Amino acid sequence: MIPAAFEYTRARSLADALKAAGTRGTKVIAGGQSLVPLLRFRLAQPSVVVDIGHLPQLQGIKRAKQGTVIGAATTYRDLLDSKLLHNTHPIIAETTAGIGDRQVRNRGTIGGGLAHADPASDMPAVVLALDAVLTLQSRRGKRSVPARKFFKGPFATAMKKDELLTEILLPFLPQGAGTAYESFEQAASGYALVGVAAVVAVSGGAVTHAAVGITGLADTPFFAASAAKLIGRTPNKEILRAAAAAAVEGVSANEDIHASAEYRLHLARVAVRKALTTAAGRAG
Amino acid sequence: MTQTITLNVNGQALKAQAEPRTLLVHMLRDELNLTGTQVGCDTSQCGACTVLLDGRAVKSCSVLAVQAEGHKITTIEGLARDGTLHPVQQAFWEKHGLQCGFCTPGFVMTTVELLRDNPDPTEDEIRHALEGNVCRCTGYQNIVAAVRSAASALRGSRRPGAAVSGG
Ligand SMILES: Cc1cc2nc3c(=O)[nH]c(=O)nc-3n(C[C@H](O)[C@H](O)[C@H](O)COP(=O)(O)OP(=O)(O)OC[C@H]3O[C@@H](n4cnc5c(N)ncnc54)[C@H](O)[C@@H]3O)c2cc1C
Ligand code: FES
Ligand code: FES
Repeated sequence: MIPAAFEYTRARSLADALKAAGTRGTKVIAGGQSLVPLLRFRLAQPSVVVDIGHLPQLQGIKRAKQGTVIGAATTYRDLLDSKLLHNTHPIIAETTAGIGDRQVRNRGTIGGGLAHADPASDMPAVVLALDAVLTLQSRRGKRSVPARKFFKGPFATAMKKDELLTEILLPFLPQGAGTAYESFEQAASGYALVGVAAVVAVSGGAVTHAAVGITGLADTPFFAASAAKLIGRTPNKEILRAAAAAAVEGVSANEDIHASAEYRLHLARVAVRKALTTAAGRAG
Repeated sequence: MTQTITLNVNGQALKAQAEPRTLLVHMLRDELNLTGTQVGCDTSQCGACTVLLDGRAVKSCSVLAVQAEGHKITTIEGLARDGTLHPVQQAFWEKHGLQCGFCTPGFVMTTVELLRDNPDPTEDEIRHALEGNVCRCTGYQNIVAAVRSAASALRGSRRPGAAVSGG
């Protein structure tokens, strides 16, 4: 279908983009890989579309004191090509390689994906497990929101109407940590039926850090706090299996044409166990 | 309201008219008469509309024409040089990488980008790179064979000055 009519401008600066974000009826576009399909189906009908995809202030991957900082409009493609990220957070490339397809990754941006907050998108699980910090900016100023407080529901986040996501800080991994992303994809779309990101550090045979983020399973991607109970224990088969069961216990799972709630819960237990096992195997 | 878009298509600087809501694929097909680029779906999934934007494969149904302002677009029409098919086109022909041919421009464009980044991809890498292109006819075997054949042809011709890049 053809989108409803709108006006289009390119933001000339971050200030321009922030002004657009605060204007009623205006939508920003980064890679357009979610927005253009929505426009086409007329599920979004903004009167003005402001392009922020090219802004240099929103681009790039750099090392900072606390970790690696990614500009919100950095494409998935640039994440895959980044040597820095391969070194500091290999889970980013591991996850990104499975997002959409080559063409989608060439244009889609990490910030666009997080801001869109599709409950079946992959990256939320990763930023939750890594305890990433998101920078939200508006004309009123800047604030930092932990990823663990960012996702509020399907397509809903902690961003105020006039805010843009500008940066994602991935804190350095704990000493000796291994990471892994495991997902079961819907075969046609590639979106996650369930996706699990795990970070596990091991020292002297015992777990010293464990974090799990889960997407696709519930209507909001979530941080499975129970994984911290692994700390001090030996990451063997039975213990990781039990941790996987605990991570999804009591979760009200999504049910749709792709998978029943029961099936999603089953997949989630398998994916958590596999992600923890792989991450533990990579630790040290 | 229509806007004038200045861009470079297949090596030619030009101006085109489009409304902001016009998809790049429609401007290419309807305004510029470059009908080699196909529309095969309404869900951004089939890849028949793939073109190169500044050398990167993109789905032109998922890019606004106005977003191409100031950029370089290469379509399937821009690959052949002086009547000689691009090595990727030649390989699809020789290896029977197509049947009805509807998906072929998209596959060829994605392959051109892939082989520029990775001149010697494994079969797995080829299949992964072509995930965003759907073919309802071939069963993909001959497409993979065509990409391998194109890769080896391009490696053979990769010498200074060889015109094999396209876009
Ligand atoms: C065929 C296909 C397959 C896909 N498969 C997957 C998949 O397997 N896994 C997956 O996770 N995703 C998948 N996606 C979705 C893809 O990851 C997202 O489309 C993409 O990441 C969104 O980023 P974008 O830059 O394209 O956002 P846009 O489409 O430009 O914007 C999306 C939304 O976010 C807003 N926005 C954009 N940037 C910002 C910002 N910096 N601050 C505030 N708001 C902003 C826009 O206003 C809009 O509402 C797929 C998409 C397609 C088309
Ligand atoms: S027309 Fe199907 S992906 Fe563009
Ligand atoms: S050759 Fe017919 S769709 Fe691919």
